[in-house]
Amino acid sequence: MSNSLTCDVVVVGAGMVGAATALYAARAGLSAVLVDRGPVAGGTTGSGEGNLLVSDKEPGPELELALLSGRLWADLAAEPGVGGSVEYEAKGGLVVASTPEGLAALEGLAAAQRSAGVRAASVGPDQLHDLEPYLAHGLAGGVLYPQDAQVMPTLAAARLVRLARTAGASLHTGRTVTDVLRTASGAVRGVRTPHGDIHAPAVVNAAGTWGGELAALAGVSLPVLPRRGFVLVTEPLPRRVRHKVYAADYVADVASDSAALQTSPVVEGTAAGPVLIGASRERVGFDRSFSLPVTRELAAGATRLFPFLAEVRAMRAYLGFRPYMPDHLPAVGPDARVPGLFHACGHEGAGIGLATGTGHVIAQVLAGKTPDLDLAPFRPDRFPRADAGADPDSAPAPVEGP
Amino acid sequence: MSERPRLAVIGAGPAGLVAALAAAARGVSVTLVDAAPEAGGQFYRQPAAGLGARRPSALHHQWRTWERLRDGLAAHVRAGRITHLTEHHVWCVEREAASFAVHALLGPEQEESVAVRADAVLLATGGYEKVLPFPGWTLPGVVTAGGAQAMLKSGLVLPGRTAVVAGTGPLLMPVAVGLAAAGAKVAALVESADPRAFARHARVLAAHPDKLAEGARYAAELARYGVRVHVRHTVVAAHGSDRLEAVTVAALDTDGRVREGSEWRVPCDSLAVGHGMLPHTDLAETLGCRLDGVNVAVDDEQRTDVPGVWAAGEATGIGGAALSLAEGRIAGLSIAARLDSRVPERSSYAVAAKARGGLREFFAVVDKVCTPPDRWVERVGDDTLVCRCEEVPAAAIREAVDELGAGDVRTVKLLTRAGMGWCQGRMCAPAVAGLAGCPPTASRRPFARPVPLGVLAREPDGPASRPDLL
Ligand SMILES: Cc1cc2nc3c(=O)[nH]c(=O)nc-3n(C[C@H](O)[C@H](O)[C@H](O)COP(=O)(O)OP(=O)(O)OC[C@H]3O[C@@H](n4cnc5c(N)ncnc54)[C@H](O)[C@@H]3O)c2cc1C
Ligand SMILES: Cc1cc2nc3c(=O)[nH]c(=O)nc-3n(C[C@H](O)[C@H](O)[C@H](O)COP(=O)(O)OP(=O)(O)OC[C@H]3O[C@@H](n4cnc5c(N)ncnc54)[C@H](O)[C@@H]3O)c2cc1C
Repeated sequence: MSNSLTCDVVVVGAGMVGAATALYAARAGLSAVLVDRGPVAGGTTGSGEGNLLVSDKEPGPELELALLSGRLWADLAAEPGVGGSVEYEAKGGLVVASTPEGLAALEGLAAAQRSAGVRAASVGPDQLHDLEPYLAHGLAGGVLYPQDAQVMPTLAAARLVRLARTAGASLHTGRTVTDVLRTASGAVRGVRTPHGDIHAPAVVNAAGTWGGELAALAGVSLPVLPRRGFVLVTEPLPRRVRHKVYAADYVADVASDSAALQTSPVVEGTAAGPVLIGASRERVGFDRSFSLPVTRELAAGATRLFPFLAEVRAMRAYLGFRPYMPDHLPAVGPDARVPGLFHACGHEGAGIGLATGTGHVIAQVLAGKTPDLDLAPFRPDRFPRADAGADPDSAPAPVEGP
Repeated sequence: MSERPRLAVIGAGPAGLVAALAAAARGVSVTLVDAAPEAGGQFYRQPAAGLGARRPSALHHQWRTWERLRDGLAAHVRAGRITHLTEHHVWCVEREAASFAVHALLGPEQEESVAVRADAVLLATGGYEKVLPFPGWTLPGVVTAGGAQAMLKSGLVLPGRTAVVAGTGPLLMPVAVGLAAAGAKVAALVESADPRAFARHARVLAAHPDKLAEGARYAAELARYGVRVHVRHTVVAAHGSDRLEAVTVAALDTDGRVREGSEWRVPCDSLAVGHGMLPHTDLAETLGCRLDGVNVAVDDEQRTDVPGVWAAGEATGIGGAALSLAEGRIAGLSIAARLDSRVPERSSYAVAAKARGGLREFFAVVDKVCTPPDRWVERVGDDTLVCRCEEVPAAAIREAVDELGAGDVRTVKLLTRAGMGWCQGRMCAPAVAGLAGCPPTASRRPFARPVPLGVLAREPDGPASRPDLL
């Protein structure tokens, strides 16, 4: 590798969001360099799940980004060889409610979502088993969301990087960005790495949960914080769970500001056979220690939804740290504080789903076009400075042992 | 809290047994938990049963040690000082407020779980065999060195069968002797290491005349059975249509390349192959214990950095039965003292500590000399399966690294599924690391055994009111 490199845009972070950003930027004709300190998908992308959901989002900017992203995912999946290689499945989501009150809340949300462009079909209690034959009995009803889909996130990131390279982007793994270079007037002029500088008039911060640190290198604050999640993986099974199935209280969890443990098991089959059960949500900083009580709750929730799972074995569990922002919206777009600096991070538990839309609009702005979405709600400088670090990031783990 | 402090020992091999006896003799209430139907671990269990009356002399000394341990265990069990739980597969050890819960699945079915509560835990889980892939290694008839012992036990290796023993490391000799003693024809022992490399460590070797004598005794046994030993050789391929029919053996040059024209075929119906051992660290990692490379890190008293958790034997580093015995003894003495709020006197374990120091030094040399041959990776064909559980060929791993930007075992696994199957990568992780050109790292396995979700979902019973079992 030569000592210095020049391109149109440096994308920092080869997770799902950086991969999609590099792809759309390269396809927009920009010369893009994608840099990561680790391998492709070595961050949160390799330790989460790949639900592409509209069902869990209330009407608003995040839902609009999700709808745009869903269309882009479908377009990508339709390209020759892509859909299969990323294990794209437009299988639909089935959200169930166990009580009449829960169902009423769910129906209320579905009605609002419909007016925002989401397809949502009410499912009576006696129709649930036509959709999911192994579902528990006695549920109040549910809503079917045909637009919910899934990919295998690591494959998706790696394949999108591959496509980006085909379109002219280059990839540099094992290379940490240690500084964001700026001109005398403060504008971005590239990044510094131990293997040399990379010069570019634009830098995209796609560093996920570490996006705050990268922003700090450019001299700005961005309050990205980790939110831990565990996922359980079962032994491979013949397809018994057909949709993504989850309980309605999940919707409350996503928007919740409570730091307490909340598990909301989404149960989904995968192309390879195992069933994934996840994920928990806790704010415990970057604590990697295993928590049996948390996985116990995931198992309990999943077996409540699908009693047959009680006999199925969990093979492993893994954890990841979602990048979340205080208002649960990602930072997407140019940073008014530093010319040439763009952010594409903080997607919390939806970064796989929202990656395509995020990459697409960033590429549009980079290419001087008007983005398909109004980026104002995602403005990176929307937080008062004091917010950085004000969140109870260091709150003690609610369920940890001694 | 009960009157007597409670210790749970996981693993009834040499290390766990000795520790259990030492602690029980000093007033600790011990629960010894092991997945196997009988005590003894890798060493005492397998060869002993397989070799029966025809025990080679090299094993006589260890056999007497085993008899002492077995009788000691029986006496403590009778006296109620040790509870021995056989066929208990520990899937997780959980730290609770002031104690530990050892969760174990029962019997061969592994569908029900019990929790054993204890004030201290000793991880004496031993190690497992490392096998690197080569063309044909998945043919029926190709087994691990330990698998060969199991075949002996079940009578699968019948007199008149022809076996080859190959790979590297000190296990190959006892395995070859065991097979020969059981009546198999051992056509060749193929060791890839160069024994001349030991010469560079003459000082360490000179300090271990016993080890050299042990090696010499095995060599004499091999000669007596007419087993040809080929050093600096390797099995480059196994052949057969439905099952193993022959292997190709070749000489290696000093760079680890196959010497051109040196290949020859050896007809055989079994191949026992091993490339050393790796420690079982799953339970330790889930508890948050620090690892040192692939070993559980321990201090002079065999304590991990997690208070209340000790580790001994091959879980802390591969080094044979004698080292496991020494470490187990130190752990048992330390636990008994610490649970009684005392600092163990170093003089009480000075002999064991001296043996431990010497054996660790010796096996560090063995580890250096008996490494898999350089360039083994180049001999793995693209279509050779690397992960047997998920049927992932070498080509897929190469593609993940060269084309898809994977850079460590974890991303290779996620991109190819290598290591996601039933054995959770215990078998293929070293091979994947080798093919990916990255250092082998201990992968995190929160569940040491697959656990039914119904079992996982159930709250275990509250804190123990009785001393040992719940
Ligand atoms: C348990 C769990 C379940 C989840 N389930 C879902 C789901 O079902 N659907 C969904 O859409 N989302 C889900 N998510 C969220 C999703 O995984 C994340 O939102 C997404 O992966 C974020 O992608 P990213 O590219 O922004 O970040 P990452 O994948 O973390 O990528 C950031 C990259 O930046 C690199 N980096 C950081 N700093 C530097 C530096 N200084 N120099 C160079 N490189 C750097 C890192 O190495 C990393 O590879 C889940 C998350 C978790 C933890
Ligand atoms: C084929 C073969 C030949 C050998 N020959 C020799 C020789 O000639 N000389 C020599 O010195 N050494 C020899 N060894 C090595 C020797 O067996 C080991 O050094 C010794 O057994 C290590 O003792 P240990 O107590 O550390 O572990 P082990 O003997 O491996 O015992 C560990 C025990 O822990 C149990 N365990 C592990 N995980 C769990 C779990 N999750 N739940 C419940 N139980 C669990 C296992 O069932 C096992 O019984 C040989 C090994 C093999 C495989």
